[in-house]
Amino acid sequence: MIKSEAASWYRIMEMFHFQSFHMFGIMMSAIATGLIGVLLLKRFGRLLTLDGEPIVVPDKPPGRINYILGGLIFGLGWGVIGLCPGPIFSLVGMGSIGALAALAGALHGTWLYGLVKNRLPH
Amino acid sequence: MNTALAWLYAPWPWYVSGPLIGLMVPLMLWIGNRSFGISNNLRHMCAMTQPKSVGVDFFQYNWREQSWSLVFAGGAVLGGFLAGIVFANPNPVDLSVAALTMFSYWNVPIAGGFLPPVLFDLTWMGVIVMFFGGILVGFGTRYASGCTSGHAITGLSTLQLQSLFAVLGIFAGGLFSAHFITPHLFSLFG
Repeated sequence: MIKSEAASWYRIMEMFHFQSFHMFGIMMSAIATGLIGVLLLKRFGRLLTLDGEPIVVPDKPPGRINYILGGLIFGLGWGVIGLCPGPIFSLVGMGSIGALAALAGALHGTWLYGLVKNRLPH
Repeated sequence: MNTALAWLYAPWPWYVSGPLIGLMVPLMLWIGNRSFGISNNLRHMCAMTQPKSVGVDFFQYNWREQSWSLVFAGGAVLGGFLAGIVFANPNPVDLSVAALTMFSYWNVPIAGGFLPPVLFDLTWMGVIVMFFGGILVGFGTRYASGCTSGHAITGLSTLQLQSLFAVLGIFAGGLFSAHFITPHLFSLFG
């Protein structure tokens, strides 16, 4: 992620302003590879993991409004800090104080969600 | 040898890293039915540190069963250190001309590294913006049960409709703040 600069604030802003194909290329080729890989795994992997258990793709929990609203809130934050959770961890590894602040914020946000979860539409 | 070294330091094009990231999805399923995604770690870290007396249900579960996930997050931190410090690309991010022009309008210096220095380092503005942005990211990611890796990559490549809703939400939110909030941030703080 670091090597492809997907963890770069500059790249994220560039993406949201449709100024470069770079991020869209990463996302589309990642999804395509994942899709083909999962299909191949289902066809030839005898549906077993290395431990010999059947492969199950866990379904996301049902719902609709929570995905849209949660996504919107996430996106609002992402469009400012330019980091989603993966890069937050990576940039902490790079010694960024700002990323550490984002991690602290994300932990508070997660905790806040746990606190008010039952009062939100899902 | 020289070319191999240069490859380690140079940024990778999208058609190399994209498929590498995508490959994680079937690989992690194969290794042991694990879904590629990182944001659950935020929940595990809350569960680890929550005092018994607080007792928010959402964080009461055995996070130790998910310790592979924390190892994965540790890997992301280590990966950041390796790719960003040890094998750091000495040049600034190779942005499009349109983006460079935009950033100069925003008063954002194009430094080497991944965040504008005011956001990366210890500055009042940086810490405040990153902390509150982080709250939105943390809250939203849990409300939507996943982030970019879990929804856009794992979710879409396993054809889950819910992930499509999440991705549309994420993109709409990001478009809004990247166009109407972030451009004004830097002039606010000088």
